[in-house]
Amino acid sequence: MSDARQDKIRNFCIIAHIDHGKSTLADRILEIAGVLTERDMEKQVLDDMDLERERGITIKSKAVRLTYKDKDGEEYILNLIDTPGHVDFAYEVSRSLAACEGAILVVDASQGIEAQTLANVYLALEHDLEIVPVINKIDLPSARPDWVKKEIEDVIGLVAEDAPLISAKNGIGIEAVVEKIISSIPAPAGDEDVPLKALIFDSFYDNYKGVIAYIRIKEGKLKVGDKIKMMATGKEFEVTDVGVFKPFLTSVPELKAGEVGYVAASIKNVRDTRVGDTITHADNPAKDPLPGYRKVNPMVYCGVYPADGAKYEELREALHKLQINDASLSFEAETSVALGFGFRCGFLGLLHMDIVQERLEREYDLDLVTTAPSVIYKVVMDDGIELDISNPTNLPDPAEIDYMEEPVVNAQIMAPTEYVGAIMELCQERRGTYKDMEYMEETRVLITYELPLNEIIYDFFDALKSRTRGYASFDYELIGYQQSDLVKLDILLNGEVVDALSLIVHKDKAYTRGRGIAEKLKELIPRQMFEIPIQAAIGNKIIARETIKALRKDVLAKCYGGDISRKRKLLEKQKEGKKRMRQVGSVEVPQEAFMSVLKFD
Amino acid sequence: MKSGTIGLYVHIPFCLRKCLYCDFPSYAQKGHLMDEYLKALKVEADQVKCKIAGRRIKTIFLGGGTPTLYHEKELVQLLDYFKQSYLICDEAEITTEANPETLNPQKLKVLREAGINRISIGMQAGQDKHLKTLGRIHSVVDVERGVDWARRAGFGNINLDLMFGLPNQSVDEWIESLDKAVKMGVEHISAYALILEEGTPLYELVDQGDLQSPPEDMEREMYHTGVHFLKSQGYNHYEISNFAKPGKECKHNLLYWQNNEYIGLGSGAHSYLHGNRWSNYANICKYIDRISKYGNGIEQSEEISLPTQRFETVMMGLRLNSGVSKEMFKERFGHGLEYYYGDIIENLKEKGMLIEADTSIYLTTKGMDLQNSVLLHFME
Repeated sequence: MSDARQDKIRNFCIIAHIDHGKSTLADRILEIAGVLTERDMEKQVLDDMDLERERGITIKSKAVRLTYKDKDGEEYILNLIDTPGHVDFAYEVSRSLAACEGAILVVDASQGIEAQTLANVYLALEHDLEIVPVINKIDLPSARPDWVKKEIEDVIGLVAEDAPLISAKNGIGIEAVVEKIISSIPAPAGDEDVPLKALIFDSFYDNYKGVIAYIRIKEGKLKVGDKIKMMATGKEFEVTDVGVFKPFLTSVPELKAGEVGYVAASIKNVRDTRVGDTITHADNPAKDPLPGYRKVNPMVYCGVYPADGAKYEELREALHKLQINDASLSFEAETSVALGFGFRCGFLGLLHMDIVQERLEREYDLDLVTTAPSVIYKVVMDDGIELDISNPTNLPDPAEIDYMEEPVVNAQIMAPTEYVGAIMELCQERRGTYKDMEYMEETRVLITYELPLNEIIYDFFDALKSRTRGYASFDYELIGYQQSDLVKLDILLNGEVVDALSLIVHKDKAYTRGRGIAEKLKELIPRQMFEIPIQAAIGNKIIARETIKALRKDVLAKCYGGDISRKRKLLEKQKEGKKRMRQVGSVEVPQEAFMSVLKFD
Repeated sequence: MKSGTIGLYVHIPFCLRKCLYCDFPSYAQKGHLMDEYLKALKVEADQVKCKIAGRRIKTIFLGGGTPTLYHEKELVQLLDYFKQSYLICDEAEITTEANPETLNPQKLKVLREAGINRISIGMQAGQDKHLKTLGRIHSVVDVERGVDWARRAGFGNINLDLMFGLPNQSVDEWIESLDKAVKMGVEHISAYALILEEGTPLYELVDQGDLQSPPEDMEREMYHTGVHFLKSQGYNHYEISNFAKPGKECKHNLLYWQNNEYIGLGSGAHSYLHGNRWSNYANICKYIDRISKYGNGIEQSEEISLPTQRFETVMMGLRLNSGVSKEMFKERFGHGLEYYYGDIIENLKEKGMLIEADTSIYLTTKGMDLQNSVLLHFME
C-alpha cells in the first residue's frame, strides 16, 4: 500500500534513560531541519514547562513536523514525537510509540544501558517499532562507545555496529542520525481511501480553539467540517481546524494517512479526547478502533488541603483548571478533622503527584498541606461487599473485614554486581518477592522483584539510590492485586487520633512504622505550652509512644522603651513562622509533618 | 493622653569597658567624644522642646552605657539644662544608672544635691569569678561600697541590677547573689535572665563550648527560686524581672510597661509620642553629625497604627504582675479589652495562662514563663 507521498514521511520518537540526552538530541534534530533560530535554542523547546526543565524530564508528549533534504536532495517530512520519560506516564508513552514506525534509542556512552532504557526498548518492540541505536556523549572522557555497542548487541540484541556516535550537546554526528532515520525507519503505509482511524496520543486545552488533540492518521483522511466520533466515548464533534506542528500550530487543508498533526473541534474538555482513543468519521465510521486503548486510572492518592482554610474555593478552582489539561488527575472533596476541607486527589504516580502539587503552589500561589500518599486497597467485607479504599481513614471496622488486597508491581532494578546484596536487602525489607536475577554482563545485573506498591510509593527510589551510591536504576509496572495482612495505623496527638496521619501498613511492619513515625513527629513538632504525648495505635492498642516536653521558657527578660518596636517585630516574626503550622486539636503541627510519616531510611 | 505627663530618657553611650555580654549601643574608647556628645544632647533637647510643649516630665532616666562616667559637674549642668528647657514635676523620679567603678562619695553627694533621687547600680553577680566571666571591671566589694556611699549621700531609692543563668552559675550562687543585694538594704532589685546575644564575645564562648550555660530547667529554677526568695524578703514582684519594696517601683520603667509616651535623647535613644515611635542613630559620630546638621539624629520613624498600639499595650502590660488595667485600656481605645480580645482572653484563661480580675487581666506564673507564646495569640 506504500505510495510516493507516504514514502517521504518518517514518524519517530526518541527513547532513553533519564539524563541520557533525549531532549538535547531532539533540539539538535530540530535545529538542523531549520525549525529554530539561534535564539530559540536557548531553551529546549520540547520541554516548555519550567517544572519539566528543572527535573530534567518531559512530562507531556508533543510532536514537531520537520522538513529535511537528505544528501541526495530528496525532501522528507519528519515527525518527531516526544514521549514522557517517567514510569508514571507509561501508558502515554505507549500511545506515543503507537503513533510511530520507529524509535531512536539514545544510550549514554559512559553509562550504558539502564533500567529505563530496557523498559523503553521493550515497549518499543511491543509496538513493532524499528529501533535505531545512537550512542551519545561520546566526547566525554569516560565514554566507552565500543563497550556500549557490545552491550546493546548482547543485552538488547540489536545490531549496533554502525550506530551513530554523537554528542548532542556539541552537535556532533546529528546529521548521521537523521540520515539513519530516513534509511532505517520504515515509511508509513496506511490506506487513505478507507474509513478514518486517527490515534489520539495527547491533547491540551487552548482558550480559543478548545481542546487540541494530537493525532496520527493511521488510515483515511480528515479535514475541516468533517463530523467526527470518538470511538471509546461515543462523543461526536465537528472539525473546526486541522493542522501540523511547525512547531507552532499551522493549519493545513487536510491530513491524510501516515501524517501526524492536530485536530480541533470545539471540544470543551480533555476528557473527551482520551489518549489512546480512535477518531473516526461519524457518518462513515471504521469498523474497529485501533488497539491498545484503556482508561487510565490513578494509582496514588493523597489528601490536598489549603494551608489557609479560606482558600478552599481557590484550590478547587485551581484543580479544575489543571484538570482541563490533565485528564489523569482526579479529585473529589473530602473533609478531615485535622485539616478541614480539602480534596482527595488521584495521580498516576508520585512524580505526577509532585508535579501537580508544585504547579498548584507555583502557578496558583497556594500554600498546601498534603497527607502521605496512599494506594488503593481492595477491601472485601464479611458480607461479600467489596470496597476500594484510597483514604486510610475510611477503612471500615476490621471486625467486619473478611480480607484485604493491595496493589503489587513488577520492579526491575539494574545495578553493578557489588550492590546485589544491598538491593536484595532493601527489597526484602520492603516485603518484596524475589523473581529473577540476570547478568547483563560480568559486572552488571538486572534484578526482578515483585513489590507491594505501598512499599515503594514514597521513598523507595531514594533508599535505593543511597544504598547503591546512585548506581542503580529502577523501573516498575503494576501487575495486579494480592491478598495481604494489612492494618490501619493511627497516630494520636494529645490522646486524639489525627485522621490525616493515619495510614495502612502491613501487620508485620506496624510496630517499626509506628515507632518511626512517633520519633519523627517528636523531631518535627516544636515544644508547646503543654506536654504532648504522641502515640501510635492499632485499634485500641498503643504500640509506640513519645513525649514532647512542654516549653518551659519563652519570654524576654528585659524590655524597655527602645525595645518595644524590636520586641514586637520579634513576635511578628514568630507569628509568621506559626503560619506554617496547623492547629490539630490543641496541638500545633508543622505542615510538612503530614507528609513526613512515610519518610524513613 | 496628649496632655498627660511624659518620661525623658537620656542615653549616655560611654563605658570604661564593654562587658562581654553587652549588645547595647554603648562603647569603650570613645572618651574623646564625650564633650561633643554633651553639646549635641543639649541641641537635641532644644529641638524637641516644641514637640513636648506644655507636657510635664514625670520621670527622667539617665541610662547607658555608664552615665556616671561623666564628671559630676557635667551631669549637673546637663540636668540644669533640662530643668531650664522643660516643665519637670516637682516630685519627678530622676534616675541615673551607674557602674561601681565610676562612683565616689563626692560625686554621689553632688548628684543627689542636683536632684537625682534614684540610682541604679550594675552589680550583676555576687561572686567575683562570675563578674570576671561577664567582663565586668569591678568586684562585689566595690558594689557594697558604692551602695554605702550612695546611702550616705542621701539616696533613698537604690536599685541593683543582677543577672542569672550565667555560664557555670549554680542555683545556690544565684540565691547568694540576691541575698547579698538584699543585705545591702536596697529598695529595688532587677533580676534579669542573661540573654546571649549573637555577636557578643560571651555568645561566642558559649557557642564554641568554652563556657556552659545552665540548662533551661535549671535556669527556670533560678528564676522561680529567686522570685520566691525576694518575696520572702519583702520585695514586691511587680514585673517579670523587677522587684521593689512597697512604693519603690521604678516609675520610669512603669511608663514603658504601661505603654505611655516618652522622649529619648542621645544616640540610639527611642521616643514614642502621638502614635509615632522613632529612634536615633546608635553610632555616636553619626548622631553628633546629624544633630549638628539637622538638629535631629533620627534614623527611623514608624507610625504605630491603632491595632498595633492596642497590641503593644497588651504586650507591655502583661509584663506587669498587675497586668493590663481594663479601665485604662478602655479609656485609651474606646472599647474594653473584651471587645477586641474577648475570645483570646477566654482561650488563655482555659489554658491556665491568664487570669481575669474585675479591674485587669494578668498572667499566671506559667503564662509569664511563656509570655511570647501567649502574646502571639493577641496578634492579628
